[in-house]
Amino acid sequence: MKERRFAVAPLAAGLLAGALLAPIAATAATLTIATVNNPDMLVMQKLSPAFTKETGIKLNWVVLPENTLRQRVTTDIATHAGSFDIVTIGTYEAPLWAKNHWLDPVGNLGAAYDLADIFPSVRAGLSYNRTLYAVPFYAESSMTYYRKDLFKAAGLTMPAHPTYDEIKTFADKLTDPAKGIYGVCLRGLPGWGENMAYLTTLVNTFGGEWFNMKWEPQLTSPAWEKAITFYVDLMKKDGPPNATSNGFTENLALFSTGKCGMWIDATVAAGYLYDPAKSKVAADVAVAPAPTDVTPHGAHWLWSWALAIPVSSRQAVDARKFLAWATSKSYIGLVGRTQGWVAVPPGTRESTYKNPEYLKAAPFAPLVEQMILSADPLHPTMNPVPYTGVQFVGIPEFQGIGTTVGQDIAAALAGRETVAQALQSAEASTRRTMTEAGYIK
Amino acid sequence: MQHDKAPLSGAIAAWIVACLMFFPILWMTVTAFKTEGEAVAIPPIILFRPVLQSFAAATAQSGYLLFAANSVIVSFASTALAILIAFPAAYAMAFQPGKRTKDLLVWMLSTKMLPPVGVLVPVYLIFRDAGLLDTRAGLVIVDTLMNLPIVVWMLFSFFRDIPRDILEAARMDGVGPRGQMTHLLLPLASPGIASAALLAIILSWNESFWSINLTAAHAGTLAAYIARYSAPEGLFWAKLSAASVLAVAPILLFGSLAQRRLVRGLTVGAVK
Amino acid sequence: MSSTALAGRVVAAESLARARRRSSWLLLFPAVILLGAWAFVPLVMTLRYSFERYNLLYPERRGFAGLLNYNLLLTDPAFWTAIFNTLVLTLGVLAITIILGTLFALLLNQNFPGRGIARLMVIAPFFVLPPVAALIFKNLLFDPLNGLVGWLFKLVGLHPIAWFTTAPMIALVMIVAWEWTPFATLILLTALQSLDTDQLEAARMDGAKPLSRIIYIVLPHLARPATITIMMESIFLLSIFAEILTTTAGGPGTATTTLTYLIYIRALLDFNIGGASAAGVLAIVLANIVALFLMRAVARNIET
Repeated sequence: MKERRFAVAPLAAGLLAGALLAPIAATAATLTIATVNNPDMLVMQKLSPAFTKETGIKLNWVVLPENTLRQRVTTDIATHAGSFDIVTIGTYEAPLWAKNHWLDPVGNLGAAYDLADIFPSVRAGLSYNRTLYAVPFYAESSMTYYRKDLFKAAGLTMPAHPTYDEIKTFADKLTDPAKGIYGVCLRGLPGWGENMAYLTTLVNTFGGEWFNMKWEPQLTSPAWEKAITFYVDLMKKDGPPNATSNGFTENLALFSTGKCGMWIDATVAAGYLYDPAKSKVAADVAVAPAPTDVTPHGAHWLWSWALAIPVSSRQAVDARKFLAWATSKSYIGLVGRTQGWVAVPPGTRESTYKNPEYLKAAPFAPLVEQMILSADPLHPTMNPVPYTGVQFVGIPEFQGIGTTVGQDIAAALAGRETVAQALQSAEASTRRTMTEAGYIK
Repeated sequence: MQHDKAPLSGAIAAWIVACLMFFPILWMTVTAFKTEGEAVAIPPIILFRPVLQSFAAATAQSGYLLFAANSVIVSFASTALAILIAFPAAYAMAFQPGKRTKDLLVWMLSTKMLPPVGVLVPVYLIFRDAGLLDTRAGLVIVDTLMNLPIVVWMLFSFFRDIPRDILEAARMDGVGPRGQMTHLLLPLASPGIASAALLAIILSWNESFWSINLTAAHAGTLAAYIARYSAPEGLFWAKLSAASVLAVAPILLFGSLAQRRLVRGLTVGAVK
Repeated sequence: MSSTALAGRVVAAESLARARRRSSWLLLFPAVILLGAWAFVPLVMTLRYSFERYNLLYPERRGFAGLLNYNLLLTDPAFWTAIFNTLVLTLGVLAITIILGTLFALLLNQNFPGRGIARLMVIAPFFVLPPVAALIFKNLLFDPLNGLVGWLFKLVGLHPIAWFTTAPMIALVMIVAWEWTPFATLILLTALQSLDTDQLEAARMDGAKPLSRIIYIVLPHLARPATITIMMESIFLLSIFAEILTTTAGGPGTATTTLTYLIYIRALLDFNIGGASAAGVLAIVLANIVALFLMRAVARNIET
């Protein structure tokens, strides 16, 4: 008998410990928000006490890097676990998740919200079957950043609409490793949202596409070969070392510490680069449209980070209140007043781009507006394609495909494979995935 | 060997090794007190005026204290549970071994070989149905089970070093297994238990997959806290270093206090 | 002695043995049941998923798929690269940690001023969270432009190495070895402290040189703890994940994609639970093969 009691003791202790550590019961009006750790979202978190004061609704924040957040939220929503009341998703997820009936429609947020003020292209990217499933917090396109001072010193001028040939000429002249200056910085870190986001725009403007109308991968087409060869040659000659480790963040750090002559990337970086408190080159940075080659189609991307309500949320009514607050005109005004106008979430509302205070603080704003309005996710390539999305392909398989292909191209950039080998291996794995998923019969 | 004074060359070599191994941690700590500009400066800045702005940035509205408290609670509770469960099992294996004991030990370790990422979805579904998502209790359960095999192994090898005659004598005097465990084994094996516990605490503290993927706003540990700083935009080395120092400091302090114990415990335990 | 008395004693001994067996099972019960459930339930679910077409992003497309997932996996060139990389990483780190661990243990076992602090400094890396360790190396040390190592290279006239581009696996092995050498050092150091000093003294009297004392007396003494270190470490090394995600994301190409990382790509980027489960099942098989070899070596040390 003694032994038996002893054997039971640990179990009892376990149960006791379990009871002691029981979950903190969530009070009624508390929303759990999952968001990415980008500066604009951190500002949202910082200002959110104003929302709680206004409505009495408390907020719990889960802040994670983009990839971790995506896997965390997808697992939760796909298993209908309901851990989150509000999730931060992008243009890629919104239509796919809406199709799976994972999201509540969010169209009707009241007259004061002024939905028509939000750029139509941004709205379209977050809709499925003409119904809006997420409201944009900020939106971005891509463009060229360059250093006025270096261009002047080298006797160069950035044209109003640069081509990739011109970019290469400039980069060759600007590169001076002895001084720690690299002509051009581009993304090299593998990932569908990292190097492939940029490279897809490059391939688009070189006249290529991911898939033809029969969903057959086109990665060994002349356009891909030409584009990727151009990229690898350019980066090897004029890019920073260790380029395969450089994603958006790393390049932002490089450009803002004066290591890059040019950088083609997200428009949202402008708010950081023009801010003298954060960037060493604030006085010398200038912007131009994203470069083009044979076609202007898909040369610059369209992305937005948006807030959505999973159907598994138990507090959809309160969650809608937060969505309306965080993406409203008055929130943008609040950021402008408290954080400075250059820091407001860009790219979502026409009214932001009519605001004289913003235009004064953000000299890059007109170009950003032009880039966002002219990005066309419905016709992203020169040839017709069966998919939508400029820098991604709007199918669930693309995360995996994009990441694997990104790895292959990083191998070419690292000099471990030739461009042809990398593209062949990318083509083969993509074909496998597409066959497995039933696109290719 | 213990008592001889080491030759100068040996002492110098030992110190060089110590400095090299510790250097990354030292450099991280130094960087945490720099401004972002100083943090990336090349040649590296050795002399600078230390600032606390990175620490301020790393604790502002991130709920550092909640994460730290969760880390402490989860790693200590799971370790206590693991020891409680492992103790009788290790006793049985060491003192009442059967034909299958060896296989059982090996099997226990082999349960640790399934990569967590491969079973996320099944575990997530189980946790959802049991209401354990985003609870400290849930993380305690996972960490307990993760560490249980290691703890059983360590306790088992400690117990084997205890002379059986003592237990045999006790049994002759009519002391049952429970009495043997509480009155004889516990005192004899306490250094071993301490070092098994310390190892379990460290492993549980450093566990990052489950503590990110099974939590949301309530139960995240410091591993989830550091994830938030692992890829923010812009220049972030100083801030990242500050956050890292904050994540590592408690366990490092605890470990340095317990280090003597750990060394002594392992001597008896994992070695003979 | 009468036969009945003998029989009685045999019966008594048997019943005692039975009682002991029973009590021993009662004592083992909690640990075995809990670990069994933890290992078994997810494993069964994983096995089931591995025969299904199951993608989280296609809730409506779920169904039985036979051996499709296994077939796709085994014909995928990335799978074999991943197995190779897993072995390189595991064996590389094991070799370094055992060699350096032995060396460090010998050094730290000396009697020298500040020994306690020096030991603590060597052991400290074990307390660092894996993503933090990876971030320190990726940014502060190995960054070719702003990192310390690159600067040191330049200082001595060498070209800074872009570690994660040109030598990604070596860089990764270095990071993981830094994290796990303290563990090996710790165990081997404690083993050294239990070494019989008389034996060494006798060898010294016989005129054995320090080096031969180490080779013939100390190293054989360390063989057993070294096997235990190898066994414990390999369990953790086979599932190394955070370090890869933080530094190379498995690249460039598939240069640092291990089996665990491949499963991560399948499960949390593709959300292909069927494929990830099949890879998970094969990972268990692989781990058990490795374990079998290791356990053989270790089993000799168990001596139950």
